[in-house]
Amino acid sequence: MKTMRLMSLLAAMMLGFSGLAMAQDEMAPETMETAEEMAPEATMDEAPAMAEEAEVMVEEEAPAEMSDAENATVQLAYALDTFYFLVMGAFVMWMAAGFAMLESGLVRAKNTAEILTKNIGLYAVACVMYMLMGYNIMYPGDAMSPYFPGFGGLLGGGDNSVEDVLASGGDTYYSGLSDFFFQVVFVATAMSIVSGAVAERMKLWVFFAFAVFMTGFIYPVQGFWKWGGGFLDAAGFNDFAGSGIVHLCGASAALAGVLLLGPRLGKYGADGKINPIPGANMPMATLGTFILWLGWFGFNGGSELVVSNIDEANAVARVFVNTNMAAAGGTIAALVVARLVFGKADLTMALNGALAGLVAITAEPLAPTPVVGTLIGAVGGIIVVFSIIGLDKLKIDDPVGAISVHGVVGMWGLMAVPITNEDASFGAQLLGLVSIFVWVFVTSLIVWFVLKMILGLRVSEEEELMGTDLSECGLEAYPEFKRD
Amino acid sequence: MKLITAIIKPFKLDEVREALSEIGVQGITVTEVKGFGRQKGHTELYRGAEYVVDFLPKVKLEVAVEDETLDAAIEAITKAAHTGKIGDGKVFVFSLEQAVRIRTGETGKDAL
Repeated sequence: MKTMRLMSLLAAMMLGFSGLAMAQDEMAPETMETAEEMAPEATMDEAPAMAEEAEVMVEEEAPAEMSDAENATVQLAYALDTFYFLVMGAFVMWMAAGFAMLESGLVRAKNTAEILTKNIGLYAVACVMYMLMGYNIMYPGDAMSPYFPGFGGLLGGGDNSVEDVLASGGDTYYSGLSDFFFQVVFVATAMSIVSGAVAERMKLWVFFAFAVFMTGFIYPVQGFWKWGGGFLDAAGFNDFAGSGIVHLCGASAALAGVLLLGPRLGKYGADGKINPIPGANMPMATLGTFILWLGWFGFNGGSELVVSNIDEANAVARVFVNTNMAAAGGTIAALVVARLVFGKADLTMALNGALAGLVAITAEPLAPTPVVGTLIGAVGGIIVVFSIIGLDKLKIDDPVGAISVHGVVGMWGLMAVPITNEDASFGAQLLGLVSIFVWVFVTSLIVWFVLKMILGLRVSEEEELMGTDLSECGLEAYPEFKRD
Repeated sequence: MKLITAIIKPFKLDEVREALSEIGVQGITVTEVKGFGRQKGHTELYRGAEYVVDFLPKVKLEVAVEDETLDAAIEAITKAAHTGKIGDGKVFVFSLEQAVRIRTGETGKDAL
């Protein structure tokens, strides 16, 4: 059994290497053969103990045969964890497609091409800005202070050398660039949240300008506070995959934008009447939600960061299960609440409910049992329906429900952590929640405000009525419908 | 010659087409349209808020027939499109002054 397991690990490692040209160059053929010979001895149970000794043994130049076995184990685990990290990151990248489909389904047809342009454009901007400065702000090496990490710098192309990884004895367990890749797709997710909330009325290039500040500076600073080792980390704040750092962050920036932008024309009548503006394409919105649900396995599952031993493999499995269950719980809860409150099973609420369940579990997808995970998601699904109705009453026009799904439910996710995680406290969670919200909301408000003064946030009334497809992109999403 | 314009329920289109074919009608033109009559609209729900849909989807048929065929055509349409419930639609008849078959240049009855 154990030999079989190691052989399959080896297979996975080789797969991983095929995508990792850098590491491949360093892998000598002899080491591979030795790994196979040594397989029966180098069991998974012994791996952690051997890993601890590895550093000492390398320094003392221990017998070559033993050293080879240990080195092979470290290399194997490094390759597997890196491979897992990259695949999980690719899943999160796919969430960009989910947001694009969800948002294009929930806007009117005349704004479809523009929202799609926004979604692919913001993804690219996020990637470039995070490479230029964001990543090194969030993970500064030596920070200027626990509150302000510094101004960052260009991402280097270097990675861990074989010697360093072997000398670490397994403490360095994934490629440095795989970490960048995994982090950069999270930034894009946070930015995607903004695009839905400001849909159908914002100028395209103003949105991109905001994306530059958001992904290059605003997001990385608060990300540093927890994941980069800043003051929230020291305060004991818990946020496993980013209910706060990614989702609440995106929603806070969106809220600031929507407040300065105002509602879509005709959304709120003079007498306080709320006029629904139905989305053009429900199949698209549903597909988008399913894509996000899939991508979330990478989002939460990858945030365990390591998979290459039994405990960690079990943990990743548990994160997958809880993530899935929370989405199911959120869907059912939102569907039932919508049926009870409105008298009909509103599909868009069910879709928001699924996402609410996912956001709710993201702060702590490991500690809960599957049943508790389902309930945490279900509470998120209930909250989201009332939040969407409430924001509408406040005349905060959010066409896709992003502020409710990611912001309000993100807060619930953060505050739910201490229910299942003994190491978390309500005080530290509240500190994190308030810090993230205040920082992102205030800095975003300033950026939005400056953009409003210089360029203006909104398209003209005439352009809005005509549709932003024509005014911003000069094309329509479905031109053939009129031509044939 | 007469031009019949009929507004019918969309799901009745196939039955109406078959009924017209049976009495020898050679061609019809069909358009998807929206409108309201006594049936009026209905309310729909989106994200918790109700809204009224004033215009319901219907199908508009245009059929050009000889004078002798008119009554049979009207009967075929009304029989086939009838459900007895509100919203079954209407039939309008116009005088048709001229018809031309573009391919051959035939005119009048020969063009129908």
